[in-house]
Amino acid sequence: MKSGRSVKDNISVKGDAPMNGDGRVKGNGQELMSAQLLDVALQVVGWAERGEEIEAFVVHERETNVRAYKGDVESLTSASSQGIGVRVVRDGQQGLSYATVLEDDVLLRALTEARDNCSFASSDEFAGVASPDGLEPVKLDLYRSSLASFSVDKKVAMALELERATLAADSRVTGIEAAEYVDSTVSSAIATSAGVAAESNETGCYLAAYSLAEDKGETQTGFGFSVGRHPDELSVDIAAKDSAERATRLLGATKPKSACLSVVLDPYVTAQLISVVGATLSGEAVLKGRSMFADRVGADVASSLFTLIDDATDPQAFSASAIDDEGLATRKVPLIVNGVLQGFLYDTYTARRANVSSTGSASRSGFASAPGVAAQALRLKPGTRMQPEIIADIEDGLLVQGVVGLHSGVNPVSGDFSVGAEGVRIRNGTTAEPVREITIASTLQRLLQNVVEVGGDVTWLPMSATGVSLAVSDVVMSGL
Amino acid sequence: MLERDTVNCVLAVALKTGGEFAEVFVEDKSSCSAMFDDGRVEDVMSGGHRGAGIRVLAGETTGFAHTADLSEAGLVDAAKVAAAVVRNGGGVRNASGTRRSNASGVHTGDGSGTLTSGMQTAQTGQQLTTEMRKPLNVKLMPSDVGKATKVELLRIANEAARGESDAITQVSARYGDSRRRILIANSDGMFSSDDQVRVMLSVACVASGDTGMQTGRETVGRTVGFELFDTYDVVDVARAAAHRAVTKLTARPAPSGTMPVVIGPGGGGVLFHEACGHGLEADIIAKSASVFAGRVGEKVASESVTLVDNGTMAGEWGYFAIDDEGNLAADNVLISDGMLTDYMWDSIRARKANRASSGNGRRQSYKHLPMVRMTNTYISNGDTDPEDIIADTEHGVYVAHLGGGQVNTATGDFVFGMTEAYMISNGCIAEPIREGNLIGNGPEVLTRIDALGNDFAMGSPGMCGKDGQGVPVGDGTPTLRVTSLTIGGTAA
Repeated sequence: MKSGRSVKDNISVKGDAPMNGDGRVKGNGQELMSAQLLDVALQVVGWAERGEEIEAFVVHERETNVRAYKGDVESLTSASSQGIGVRVVRDGQQGLSYATVLEDDVLLRALTEARDNCSFASSDEFAGVASPDGLEPVKLDLYRSSLASFSVDKKVAMALELERATLAADSRVTGIEAAEYVDSTVSSAIATSAGVAAESNETGCYLAAYSLAEDKGETQTGFGFSVGRHPDELSVDIAAKDSAERATRLLGATKPKSACLSVVLDPYVTAQLISVVGATLSGEAVLKGRSMFADRVGADVASSLFTLIDDATDPQAFSASAIDDEGLATRKVPLIVNGVLQGFLYDTYTARRANVSSTGSASRSGFASAPGVAAQALRLKPGTRMQPEIIADIEDGLLVQGVVGLHSGVNPVSGDFSVGAEGVRIRNGTTAEPVREITIASTLQRLLQNVVEVGGDVTWLPMSATGVSLAVSDVVMSGL
Repeated sequence: MLERDTVNCVLAVALKTGGEFAEVFVEDKSSCSAMFDDGRVEDVMSGGHRGAGIRVLAGETTGFAHTADLSEAGLVDAAKVAAAVVRNGGGVRNASGTRRSNASGVHTGDGSGTLTSGMQTAQTGQQLTTEMRKPLNVKLMPSDVGKATKVELLRIANEAARGESDAITQVSARYGDSRRRILIANSDGMFSSDDQVRVMLSVACVASGDTGMQTGRETVGRTVGFELFDTYDVVDVARAAAHRAVTKLTARPAPSGTMPVVIGPGGGGVLFHEACGHGLEADIIAKSASVFAGRVGEKVASESVTLVDNGTMAGEWGYFAIDDEGNLAADNVLISDGMLTDYMWDSIRARKANRASSGNGRRQSYKHLPMVRMTNTYISNGDTDPEDIIADTEHGVYVAHLGGGQVNTATGDFVFGMTEAYMISNGCIAEPIREGNLIGNGPEVLTRIDALGNDFAMGSPGMCGKDGQGVPVGDGTPTLRVTSLTIGGTAA
């Protein structure tokens, strides 16, 4: 997670002495952590020798996690952490290193390590750090300075209230697996010896309730979320009610007979599905012969109702960000429009190799991870109708409330798609009996072609994709 | 890593606000990895992190803070933050009367009365090693091996995989090693350390044909040094991955519906990890979020099933000398001849149950709270010839290699993926089928195991995710048959 308020300074860093902090002050007179991190990043890239490119990615995170259980605080975690990832490219050879201490001797050691690692990599003419591409990052307001003064007592109170409200939402909710309040303040900075100098600050928080519902000796589970950038934006009620409703509506679930039918994916499930689709549209997968969509730009790869966009510039997305993890501006990237494949996601390396421009899609899962290409904030162009209206048109179907095994039964290279599922049968336009211990299966290619409706119920989630109900025909449900 | 005096001072600060137990967990981890993809060594990555996590217990509440600053001042600051929970967290309310004597030697269990022989835990105050424990089982420290040698393994893997078949169109290979030194000290007098070294290699292939693309992967890894490659030939690993991808080019869609499933040696461990392993973790049991809650002493599986979680299996992927709470790894029988004998425990849950930890308290890093986790989980060998198990199956599915899995412990429903599987037709392994998940219900599946082979093997090394934390785990089984499981394919 990174984003926000990125600043690209016109600083020539090549060959310059390490930069010192100049007391940059931003926002409401508050000094943001990212300015200090950028100083560190610039210091490291300032050490670049002739013929050498350096990238430094520095991140600092503060987090609070409160878990309530049986009216008490089960655990309260309060911590901060930081780290730097260093990338060096020499003669087309790339080496990486990381460290968690930002003191000069450690930074120098990390740089030495990355330089040493270069010598073992193959030379690649396209390897290199990002250069400024002239696109200004959008101004996104993702930082709430008041989070810092929001007291731990209030956070504790929210977690306790979430547990109470979830238990109170339905008499059949008998327990809680977890009721938690989580917040984080992430500051990051990226600099390259080619002139990139970007920084960002963002806050994020969410409530999550995982409930247990019981009836006649049978237990079912459900979850509910509420996400925001400041605790004031969170709704205890929504998280509690969603969690209770999901758990209770599955009570009495049985294993049905196998059938081929239409499914309606709950927004959360749709978000998981489009995340998998996003992975198949990475320029890296295309260049390396791992995408089923290579060579299909301009072709109908999905139903004409299906428009998929990766847009980290949308401040409503939980994973919104003005800069990518190479320090370039993020942008709105249309991937599939009205069913027609438009193109792929690229970072600097894959863009050079494909002879296109970066789409601002560089991603790293942390300072200790190698950079790669990934979608940042996927969303489907929403339709107009809410879930009950979509269901009303389905005679025989399945409302899929949750899926499991996305990592074990979905292959983004071959397209094979098979996941465990739970949900509620749809009969004659209305929800009927709950079902469990089933799988739903198809292929990614067929799922996209068989989309019959995209809902209007846009749902923001604590992940890098936005949810919306999605109706898909001809999916195989395996049961008895 | 830290002096005793420093630790004692930090623990004293942690307890100042009224906490009844405090712990300092220090971790110093370094790693080196290399990635080969698309015909090139893409990059070599190395680095390290170190820090400490400080935990304070007060009644039902745990306060936790972590820091990368290992100076006494840095640790004291973190201790103060963790201790503040006693004021903030309301744990004080329930604090009275919950101070328990140390679990050492308390063998009451949770009503089961059954403790297994290998369970010599609760070494509190007994391991006074101030020196780091040397990784005794490591012959060749990865840090003593040149990066060029590590990278060369990947080139060999690439060539071997591509040499296996012209259909192989892409190969990626990853080498990784890590050294993790930990020290745990707590207010019960524990001062204990461990030094854990792991090495792994993974090869992933894409095969292309008229039917599209298919993938195959093979991973080897052990809690040993670079001598891992005395055990495994990189060429064999690469060929296995390539073979798996090529085989699936001719695979037909997997069936949809319920039928007998035979799982090959090693692979079935994932099934047990999901079907009951997670459901036997005491933290999940304590919240009544497991279908196995309250069932100790009951028959939960076929009589042939003995399930063991054993952190002491030297060299296995889930092996360690002490867990991340300082307790000795142990050999714990969970299901004995079909009877549920015990759950897995960490210190917190054990304290509450007035018993000993089973050495299952683990955490991803110093930034995480420990919780109950599996180590090496396996089913004991059976006595049937595996050939006979297949020959005795008229129609079904043979799963030769499994991917991951996932479970809802509250309902018991679980899935696991098949990454190499075949139809069984008239008692013979027949045509390959494409990938997909299988789904079943843990308690039901355990009673439907009707054959266990005599060919026990450990499976692939795995990373087990729970509550956002990943830890290395191993598993193993002989060939086994489940009389009915639901195959999540698309074919009638």
